[in-house]
Formats: sequence, C-alpha cells, structure tokens
Amino acid sequence: MKSNYDVIVIGGGPAGLASGISSKENGADTLIIEREAKLGGILKQCIHDGFGLTRYGQRLTGPEYAYKDIEKVEELNIDLALSTFVLDIKKKDNQYTLILSNCEGIHYVSSKAIVLAMGCRERTAKQVFIHGDRPSGIFTAGTAQYLVNIMGKMPAKKCVILGSGDIGLIMARRLTLEGAEVLGVYEAKNKPSGLNRNIAQCLNDFNIPLYLSKTVTRTFGKDRLEKVEIMDVDEKMQPIEGSEQIIECDTLILSVGLIPENEISEKLNIKLSNKTKGAYVDNNLQSLTDGVFASGNCLSVNDLVDYVSENGFIAGKAASEYVKNNKTRDLVEVKNSKGILTCVPQYLDLNSNLSKVNFYLRSDNNYKDAKIIVKENERVLFERLYKTINQTETQKIILDLSDIKHGIEVDII
Amino acid sequence: MKELTCIICPNGCQLVIDDNLNVTGNMCNRGSEFAKQELSNPQRSVTTTCKTTFKDNPVVPVKTNGTVNKDLVKDIVKEVNKVTIDKHLNIGDVVIKNVLNTDVDIIICTNAIKEGQ
Repeated sequence: MKSNYDVIVIGGGPAGLASGISSKENGADTLIIEREAKLGGILKQCIHDGFGLTRYGQRLTGPEYAYKDIEKVEELNIDLALSTFVLDIKKKDNQYTLILSNCEGIHYVSSKAIVLAMGCRERTAKQVFIHGDRPSGIFTAGTAQYLVNIMGKMPAKKCVILGSGDIGLIMARRLTLEGAEVLGVYEAKNKPSGLNRNIAQCLNDFNIPLYLSKTVTRTFGKDRLEKVEIMDVDEKMQPIEGSEQIIECDTLILSVGLIPENEISEKLNIKLSNKTKGAYVDNNLQSLTDGVFASGNCLSVNDLVDYVSENGFIAGKAASEYVKNNKTRDLVEVKNSKGILTCVPQYLDLNSNLSKVNFYLRSDNNYKDAKIIVKENERVLFERLYKTINQTETQKIILDLSDIKHGIEVDII
Repeated sequence: MKELTCIICPNGCQLVIDDNLNVTGNMCNRGSEFAKQELSNPQRSVTTTCKTTFKDNPVVPVKTNGTVNKDLVKDIVKEVNKVTIDKHLNIGDVVIKNVLNTDVDIIICTNAIKEGQ
C-alpha cells in the first residue's frame, strides 16, 4: 500500500470490485480496502445460484460470480488492503485522508476521490419489537447463512423464520436440505417481500408454509430458545389481541430487511436520503460532496447483484474521470410525486454526458397495468406500460437525457 | 388449468397453463418452456457445501453442473454430505462424478482450496 492514490474504494464486495476494476481500467491509480481477509463480500456465503443472469446470461453461484471479478482485479494488479478497517476519514483541500488499521498498525492514505462500497447490514432483533427472553438461538438470516455455508455448522434443528426477505427464503431451503425442520415463514406484511421465484423454489418445493399478516411477538427460553409467540397483525401491523399462538422451536431466524451501511459516509457529512438510507447521488453516482461516489447496497439496497456491479462500474469510472478533469457540476433534481418509493439517482449533472442514464426505481406498492412516466416540465421524455410493477422488484430504465435543460420528474401512474 | 411461478429469472412470471398446454402470463419464451418441463419432468440445479480437511475452509460451495429431477435434490445433498474433500481443487473441478447416476457431476464453485493455497 502506498500513501497516495487517485481513487480509493472502500469495500471489496461486488460493488467495490466493480468500482475498483473500472477505475483502474480508466487509468486511475486505485486502492481497494476490505475489512475481511478475502474479497467477495457477502457473495462468499451466497452459495445458491441465479447470480449473473443479466450480466453474463448465466446462473452462477455467489462465489463463482465473485471469482470472475476477483480474477480481473488480480489481472489488473489493483492494490489491495485486506483485513483492514477504515477508522476515520477527513477532507482537506480537495484531498481525502483515511486512517486505516490492520495487523501492521495504523496507516494514513490519501486520494482525490473516494468510492463508497460498504454494502448493507441486516436489521437485527433489536430493531424489530419482540418481547421476552433473550436466549441463544436467535439469528439473522445472514448469520445463519455464514454458520452453515462458511463454517459448516448447523445452527438449528427446529426453526421459525420471521420475515419473507430473500435471504430468509433461501435459508429456509438451505436449513431444510441440511436436515432442519422449518416450521414456517411468518411475514407481518400482507404480501411477501422476497422474489416470487424464491417463494416457489425455496418454500413451495419443500412444502414450507408461508404465513402472511402474522409476526413473532415474544420469545421464551432459559439458555436456548424454547418457543415463540406468534400473533396476527392488522393493516397497521399492530398485533391483534387474542390471536396469540405458541410454537415450540429452538431457533428463530430474522429476515426483516437490510439497511445501507453508512457510518463512514456520516464521518464525511455526506447528505443521505431518508428513503434509500444511502447517499443522494447524481447520474455519475457522485454524492453531493465533490469527489465522493457511492455504489451498490450502501447507496440503496438492490435485489440483484448484477445491478450492484453495474453501478459499481459507473461509480468507479466516474471517480477516475473526476480525478482527471474536475469539472464543476450543474445539478438539477429528479423529483418523484407518485408511486415511487426510491429512485436512484436523485440528481442529474447537466455538465456531464447524459446520453445514457440508468435509473433504478422501486414502487411504493404493487401495481397492475401501470405506467412509468418521465417528464421535463410537461414534455414527456419516456412512457412505458407495465403489466405488473411489484414493490419487491427494482425497475431499471435507461434514458437519453442529452437535451434536457431542467430537472425531471419520474412517476408511476 | 394449472398455475405456476416461473423460476428462470428474477421476474418470476405467474404462468397459467391450460389443458392444451398453452402457456400465458410469460414475458419471454423461456417461460413456456419452463412450464412444459415443470409439468412433465421438473428440473432443479442443486447447490450445497462439501466438507474439507482444510482448516481455513471447513466447507466449500459445490453445485451440480446441470439440472436434476426435483425429487432428487434432497438425496443429492445427502450424497455430498458423505464426502470429505482432502485434496486441492480448482474452481470447476469435479467432486463427485455422475452423482446418483444422473449424468450430472458435482463441481466446486470456489478457488479457495486451489493448488498452492
């Protein structure tokens, strides 16, 4: 590791790998910092297949998908700082200085641009309101996945899964295949939050029941979990009195959502969106702080790794361009007033090339025969009818916005 | 008439198959192929882990290099659990040849225990 780089990428998962590759390929001297001993991030433990369908037209497992990028990183000879933590980060005179810690001690390393690629974290038992005892046997789905797929240890014999996120569904299948009994997946919302195909191939294939509008309200157990209390919930997700039901189990697995990891962004006072919980960015994935770019799940939680890599490539390339010619930006807003839960990017830089802008949209509800409409004032720039738009699936659209002069509005009607 | 969820891609189309095997609800051709296959001989690929003797990688990810009948998935995982890898393997190398006479091999999905590692 040197003391100075053009671009520093924080995180060595799929977003960081893609950012590092595109930054280096575009001629920037690049460093990737990763806190684990190996590159690949969460893909290492995602042993199921279905990754890479968009990017490679293949159904790869997580480790295989990561391997393709890791091979490229090695081929390009990108500098790596593995088993290394970022302790602090400061901006001074258009230069970023990071304080790093690893087994060799404390290091100071500077760069002109930063790509944030820290990924996301799982919501834990502390963030969902469950009363009762706190025995062992309560895991997030990702922790259970790490124990089974990396450590080769079985965390459960008889388990209940709370939340129908994709990792929870995938773990329902995985634990069943390794001999555990999965009593059911309980979802407080009135519709599943994971992909349809995972309901089909992870639950239906193994006759694992999915219960909607029900949640775990209490846990019981002295040392190890012994039972959980389940209650029906109303439309406001409030438990309905009198619906209590006790289920005996030794494990409760939580798959209740992911939150972008942005402690480092906060140190830089990067403006974060309340909706995505990631940085506000322009079409080049540059945050509102010059020289700081964001990609992957720390920007907004994606449902496909292919999208994570794709925006990693955009952020890495843009960071390297920024280092070469630091142009002043002319930012205009992308507004949403109807049907949109999250939209990335939230800004457009009129001083940049807008001929191919990727939008990643998530709707605020499930819609049938709905339109995505993009307008500049009253001028319609894009309009497409969809048979279904599901809240759980990202809609990606690519637009040529070369001729816009003002902000735009993206809506689902 | 039957209803199925297509599992070929993340779109997860809801397919409807009538008595004459006409498929509707699919956004692409793969959907109708999937529906016909699913009703006659449902196929799945299997991904699991295999034990090793390597301390840093107590288990490694493996998969079938093709698809097998859905009913064989559990038995294939059991077959893999009988094996312990004790030699270096490169990504794509075969761990079990022709598992349960399916003409499909179990291959390793990582380079974590490659030669010289």
